[in-house]
Amino acid sequence: MKQTDGYEFSGGQKVLRWGYVLTMIVLGFTGFGQMPIFKRYYISDIPGMAWSADFYVTHTIHYLLAMILLGLLAYFISDYFLSGRKKFHLTSSAYLKISLLTGIVITGIFRVLKNLPDVSFSPGFTLFIDISHLGLVMVYVFAAIFFLITGVKWISINPSRAV
Amino acid sequence: MPNKISRRSFIKGGLAAVGALGVSSLPLPSTAKGADQKELATLIDIRKCIGCEACVEACGEVNESKFPKPQKPFPKMYPKRVKVSDWSDKRYVTDRLTPYNWVFIQEATVTLDGKEETFSFPRRCMHCQNPPCADLCPWGAARKLKNGITRIDSDICLGGSKCKKVCPWHIPQRQTGVGLYRDILPSFAGNGVMFKCDRCYDKIDQGELPACIEICPEKVQKIGPRDAIVKEAHAIAKKINGYIYGEKENGGTNTIYVSPVPFEKLNTAMEKGRGRPHLRPVQDSMAHADNLAKAMVIAPLAGIAAAVGKAYKFTKNDKNSEEERE
Repeated sequence: MKQTDGYEFSGGQKVLRWGYVLTMIVLGFTGFGQMPIFKRYYISDIPGMAWSADFYVTHTIHYLLAMILLGLLAYFISDYFLSGRKKFHLTSSAYLKISLLTGIVITGIFRVLKNLPDVSFSPGFTLFIDISHLGLVMVYVFAAIFFLITGVKWISINPSRAV
Repeated sequence: MPNKISRRSFIKGGLAAVGALGVSSLPLPSTAKGADQKELATLIDIRKCIGCEACVEACGEVNESKFPKPQKPFPKMYPKRVKVSDWSDKRYVTDRLTPYNWVFIQEATVTLDGKEETFSFPRRCMHCQNPPCADLCPWGAARKLKNGITRIDSDICLGGSKCKKVCPWHIPQRQTGVGLYRDILPSFAGNGVMFKCDRCYDKIDQGELPACIEICPEKVQKIGPRDAIVKEAHAIAKKINGYIYGEKENGGTNTIYVSPVPFEKLNTAMEKGRGRPHLRPVQDSMAHADNLAKAMVIAPLAGIAAAVGKAYKFTKNDKNSEEERE
């Protein structure tokens, strides 16, 4: 199955790719669930979704998936520099998404640090990381949908290997 | 007013964040540091309280300028299940917590040494050491200050009431028709502002005592460095063969009660419910999150190790294939 322009994923890579997509979707859902909107807008009334109105549950899931995301990103980055870059190029859309992901991860790390018992940030910085984390995720969602519709992929095959 | 964020600065911060611009103009986390050393706690010796409500009255007078001034009519709320919380016509209610009453006197009649005795004690925000209301506020409106105070910034709060839901004592109280939500999507997001005791942070900044402590004729409350307050609480408890509440609850709070009666007994005897917090034992609400946060350090290392392992395996396989070809 062709997942990118000219590059064919192995079975393991397909699993990782879908693992990443699923992680991002559930992270997004539980992240938005940190705002008190799921009960208000009946999401938690859907059978089997009552947990989505429990802020401690969504928060724990968000943290667990953030761990998985950090692991996946570390794997993808290391793999790219160790072998991937010889086989394929990153597209412009990939650079945009990587920039957004970098911002999301950094602000997320600060958000996690802020929640530790012995750490306190200034009010302005607290507000900044809260809103920028949300804002960057929203931009990422719009970008991901746009690239999905336009069919622009993360990677394209390295011409020197395209034989 | 220190640490106050105006709507103007909020909008400035929001635009900077969403646009990822102007980062350099925002305050950097230079204030990020261990808060333990500077935390102030209060000691409440419930034997001394006579239930005169002088603290309740003083709190109302000193904090009147912070109380909500809602604009009516309230924006129409969607969906219809969203309820209006309006205390503006009941602002003189003092037998529970409301947006206009940040401390109230709770009473419990119990049997002590064979005699029936009524204890009264002030109840308000516990000012947790790791407050879930501040940790889980999605908007940065609730936050913990370095001196151990947890306060909600009424200029930023949207009144979603999440802080109340995650608070083990359900302390914050909502007033509809006031605050930032009116300027964003008043009918569809937010529902006012959450209010609770801010332990007179502005008076403390001026080197003064919180109003409830300053006014108390019986010196029921005392404020000081947490270590010293905890030490004193233990000394009193030892002397009277008494009990402590707040030292370990929710992972530790900055409000320490001392009582000659077990708190379970007081909790059973007193009126509880909306705006009237319990005195049950409370597990650390943020313990799981704290443990997961520490475990997060391992995740990237595991990812790097997996990639290195994969690269090593491929290099080895390539080498073997080449040797076989030779």
